[in-house]
Amino acid sequence: MIDWGAIFSNAAVELISPTTAAYALAALGLAVHFGYTGLLNFGQAGFMALGAYGYAISILSFGFPVWGAVLVGIGASVVFALVLGIPTLRLRADYLAIVTIAAAEIVRLLFTTNTFEPLTGSANGLSGYKGGFAALNPIPPGSYGFGPFEYNAYDWWLRIVAWTIVVLACLFTWQIMRSPWGRVIKGIREDEDAVRALGKNVYSYKMQSLVLGGVFGTIAGMIFVLPRAVVPSNYQTSLTFFIYAILLLGGAATILGPVIGSMIFWVLLSFFSGFIARAVEAGWLPFMTSIQAGQLRFILVGVAIMLIVIFRPQGIFGNKKELAFVK
Amino acid sequence: MSSNPVPSSKPVKSIDLHIGEAEPGCKKRDPILIADGVSRTFGGLKAVDVDHVEIPRGAITALIGPNGAGKTTLFNLLTGFDKPDTGSWTFEGRSLSGMPAFKVARMGQVRTFQLTKALGLLTVMDNMLLGAKGQSGENLFRAMLPFFWRKQEEDNKARAIDILTRFKLDTKKDDYAASLSGGQRKLLEMARALMSEPTLVMLDEPMAGVNPALTQSLLDHILNLKTQGMSVLFVEHDMHMVRHIADWVIVMAEGRVVAEGDPHEVMRNPAVIDAYLGQHHDEDLGADPSAEKEHVVAIKELLDDEL
Ligand SMILES: Nc1ncnc2c1ncn2[C@@H]1O[C@H](COP(=O)(O)OP(=O)(O)OP(=O)(O)O)[C@@H](O)[C@H]1O
Ligand SMILES: [Mg+2]
Repeated sequence: MIDWGAIFSNAAVELISPTTAAYALAALGLAVHFGYTGLLNFGQAGFMALGAYGYAISILSFGFPVWGAVLVGIGASVVFALVLGIPTLRLRADYLAIVTIAAAEIVRLLFTTNTFEPLTGSANGLSGYKGGFAALNPIPPGSYGFGPFEYNAYDWWLRIVAWTIVVLACLFTWQIMRSPWGRVIKGIREDEDAVRALGKNVYSYKMQSLVLGGVFGTIAGMIFVLPRAVVPSNYQTSLTFFIYAILLLGGAATILGPVIGSMIFWVLLSFFSGFIARAVEAGWLPFMTSIQAGQLRFILVGVAIMLIVIFRPQGIFGNKKELAFVK
Repeated sequence: MSSNPVPSSKPVKSIDLHIGEAEPGCKKRDPILIADGVSRTFGGLKAVDVDHVEIPRGAITALIGPNGAGKTTLFNLLTGFDKPDTGSWTFEGRSLSGMPAFKVARMGQVRTFQLTKALGLLTVMDNMLLGAKGQSGENLFRAMLPFFWRKQEEDNKARAIDILTRFKLDTKKDDYAASLSGGQRKLLEMARALMSEPTLVMLDEPMAGVNPALTQSLLDHILNLKTQGMSVLFVEHDMHMVRHIADWVIVMAEGRVVAEGDPHEVMRNPAVIDAYLGQHHDEDLGADPSAEKEHVVAIKELLDDEL
């Protein structure tokens, strides 16, 4: 028989997992890029990889403190954004899309190649960089929580830090998007020539947006590797597409959309994988092996997202009124 | 076209703008914009090839010419939206050649577009506020701290309401610009350009697609710009409008300035009639009856100097 209780509690756990927080933050970065500025960044996985590797390598190879490692990751992503943006932001939007998708793959392959094995660990990736972060934990050792949300001190510390960062990033984004700066950014999304004709340096604003959303992606990359190891194959283009799915699910030009979208995405994913795995065990799906079942969950999540997008195309938090004017 | 309403009060014309003969490229007493040797080719086509032209200050100048004469291309070049092959120009005595569009706008030379560019998913008010210059809240770091910009924002809002009221758009201020009609968008684009307190306003076909009832108020707005001390350069096809509000007319054809002068004089200039007729000499008139009709109307307007 299927253990529904376990399926639901495993799914509920995803609500506040650090991975959900990481995806929410990466999606918020894309909201800044795509939802507010209209920049098509298809390389968010690259920004996340720079955060993950920048953090891990600084600690493992150079013995940096946590704050130093964080700054290295952020610095790397600012440089990456400038390298991507300088040649492309003057061109039409599609060029940025092509360049970012390629650049993110280059970043991943550089981290995968054997040439830099001593630094990057090549295809095996990196681990053992969590000591510094754990040492900052003020929570006394022990187990806390209730029901499915029962964690040790490190796991709570990680969740608190991750979600605090997400909340701060949301507040920050909300504040700047309702400022005159955000007005210019949204104007650029609508028609950059009109904004240029009003005396705004469009190129500079696009660059600021690219850097800002990229830094969100980079910090998300750091949160992402704190509960696991750094593995290069995690940073494939599909990661970017999952984050886009989350963004569209929640609403592209919204603050809460990425957060709630990420929660729904991970809860659904966990629910479907738990359900399918147990259904296969229970013999409900005789035509499937457990490996096939592992793939099926993504298909089901895809279908679920399609349904939401069809019946609520503006996303969960998107403004229905806006949709009336989308050509 | 003769059914267009014409403003009731006779506008005050600025006269005596030029020095010497009213010929292409003639000198102005007080030019605000001077262009020299500006040319731009697209493939083999010479879209703009202007030897010398001066735009007078404090006056309304019309830029006319048949379709494809290069009026919009010249606008694009002068405002930094396109790069010329050759040429230089100065605005209020400062060279603008090679300057990016946003800097040109900051210097006080603001344009609108032939194809209206309302920022659809911004409210009418946000469209207006975007036009204001020197906003400290447009800096990312100060944007975080509202007390840096709240006061300025309130002032800009008050000014925006003022302009919107004049353009009869104040009731729409909280609507998305996308919900405005075509004519209202033209008005909004002009109102938005005024938010930046320009010295030279360049309007590319401000009346196109605007219904006759609105044309009247648009004309008044353009005349108002002059009374407020701005210089206006506008592109327009309707000769009645041109004759009514323009102080000076520059005629372009095939990229060149072919005639200049007082709106009443210039229409009699054979070069102008040639420019409009020439466009149709190499076309088969019978093939397109609507083009022929338009053509006849154009000639009638040119020759009809009563009004
Ligand atoms: N981007 C471009 N690429 C190629 N040709 C162009 C381009 N822009 C304009 N042209 C050509 O340059 C010529 C002048 O065009 P322009 O738009 O300046 O005309 P116009 O005087 O504004 O005409 P209209 O009154 O119809 O608006 C036309 O023959 C046009 O086909
Ligand atoms: Mg034109």
